[in-house]
Amino acid sequence: MNQIIKRRVITRLSSIVIIKILFLSLPVVAEQLIPTIDDSVEAFIPAPPAEVIATDAVYDQGGAVHLEWQLSPDDDGSAGVYNYQICRQQEGTDEYIPIDSVLAGVSSYIDETVEPGRSYQYIVAVNGDCGSAPSEASNVVTPNIEWLNFGLSNLFVIGLIICGSVIYFIAHAKRGKKLFIRRIAGLEAVDEAIGRATEMGRPILFVPGILDMDDVQTIAALTILGRVSRVVADYDTKISVPVSRSLVMTAARETLKASYMAAGRPDAYSDDMASYITDEQFGYVAAVDGKMVREKPATCFLLGAFFAESLILAETGNSIGAIQIAGTARPAQLPFFVAACDFTLIGEELFAASAYLSGEPKQMGSLKGQDVGKGIAMIIILLGVIATTFGNAWNISLLRRIADFLRTLFEVG
Amino acid sequence: MRRQIPLIITFFIGTLLVVSVFIPPMESLKETFTLYFDIIAVFAFFLGGGNLLRVHLTKLSRRKQDWVYSIVTVVGFAVVLVIGLLKLGNPGGITASPTAEGSLFQTLFNSILVPLGSTMYALLAFFVASASYRAFRAKNREATILLIAAFVILLGRTPFGMMLTSWIPESFSILQIPSLAVWIMNSPNLAGQRAIMIGIGLGVVSMSIRIILGIERTYLGEEK
Repeated sequence: MNQIIKRRVITRLSSIVIIKILFLSLPVVAEQLIPTIDDSVEAFIPAPPAEVIATDAVYDQGGAVHLEWQLSPDDDGSAGVYNYQICRQQEGTDEYIPIDSVLAGVSSYIDETVEPGRSYQYIVAVNGDCGSAPSEASNVVTPNIEWLNFGLSNLFVIGLIICGSVIYFIAHAKRGKKLFIRRIAGLEAVDEAIGRATEMGRPILFVPGILDMDDVQTIAALTILGRVSRVVADYDTKISVPVSRSLVMTAARETLKASYMAAGRPDAYSDDMASYITDEQFGYVAAVDGKMVREKPATCFLLGAFFAESLILAETGNSIGAIQIAGTARPAQLPFFVAACDFTLIGEELFAASAYLSGEPKQMGSLKGQDVGKGIAMIIILLGVIATTFGNAWNISLLRRIADFLRTLFEVG
Repeated sequence: MRRQIPLIITFFIGTLLVVSVFIPPMESLKETFTLYFDIIAVFAFFLGGGNLLRVHLTKLSRRKQDWVYSIVTVVGFAVVLVIGLLKLGNPGGITASPTAEGSLFQTLFNSILVPLGSTMYALLAFFVASASYRAFRAKNREATILLIAAFVILLGRTPFGMMLTSWIPESFSILQIPSLAVWIMNSPNLAGQRAIMIGIGLGVVSMSIRIILGIERTYLGEEK
């Protein structure tokens, strides 16, 4: 028994000794693994960057200078170069003041802290392990205000053609010329949808999106509300317009009031027709969904800017059996409306709706002008496709140049 | 005159903002007017809050249908307003921000409003399923094409789609389901989306011209 205990003690002691030896030897091993610094090697200072060129940024308010330089020859991706320090000397001063720095490998910088009309000169210093090396001074640059942005001249010309055609057709329509506008099924169904609600004795729900009056989709929705509420007033049907923005509420009330006045039924108008719910996206959805389920409107208009709530609203409307007319200019939400609503105004149809419903020649003329823009886009796309396909298939440089020209025609800036 | 002044302002500001795109010194005008809009919107917020309270208090006092829900709205409105204004339960006191970490206002927001919002958002999962079921029923030719395209994309986004067609040689890789799914998304789908975007752009231009020229004035409350 004693011998067994003795053996165990010896084994334990020997293991402790081995562990201690191992730990004590670790620093020695570590010392051998770490390479020693050779004091004879000189401190590394990278070669300076070269050819610092400063230019006034084009088509701006004179508030930016564009800097470009050649990287330090030592800036090859290996360790040693940290960054480039940008230093600026202002006209009338002697010293260069550091204004910013960029990482190694970057050879340009835009100084947006300059004042128009004042002259500046720059140096770029490369910072390395043991010091920095400044470049030679750049050229002197004086940022100036430019009064016209010629970089947008293509946009200006295209805009002019489209606006010109819209204005031309408005004038054309004013003179009493007959214009053909294609039939929009969703808008043709508006009267029928309101009539259905009247027959069923149930209200109409109009949701003008969830954005504020600074969004053109909300304005488009309110213009449609004007046309819809006019018919609603004539039919003496109930309408409810829950909104998620206070300004939309006031605008919707004005629109409704004007429609009831125009219909000769100011007594039927009530401020409660348009009510504010909340700015909170899903809080608004919950309230409108609750309204749908409780009041069971016969017709739901979902027109304006919608996000994730589009399908929640449309599916709830579908579940209560309401006839639904939806429209938005957000392409991501359109499939949801198409799937869950009876009629969907796709993109431009939302903006065309008010003009279409009004039937006024002036408004219809603007739609015709819009069609000219579409025609131009179609011709350019067709030409571009032909030039790119045949230019690349048969290596015809003229066609490729035409394709490049058409592509750059719509590039902005 | 009540209509003429807004129309003149709309024409002047609308034209100015269109022109400012092409004149660099006027570029900041858009931000300036956005700021003005925000200031006006703040004042309008009082109108919205006031209207909310008025509607629900009327409902309560007249015991209208579903008036019980109005209690929740009014109590919630009052509680959040009082806690936010008086900064009750705010560790930093009256001088700290009401949304400071650990404040009662922020706790209410994080533990009531955020979960409720998430719950509403989560409903989308069920609505997507029911809407897809209806949309993908092959009732006519268009719906059948939609169904096939959706089926290819669904399969193409799963390892099963790759497994099914991995035997197709590399030279015909376009026929593999994942490649077909990518092609559907990048070619017909993108082309359709771009066509819609071009239409939207032109629609916005046309509508803006109508508004700037005062041809469209329904949004101002004028019905001809």
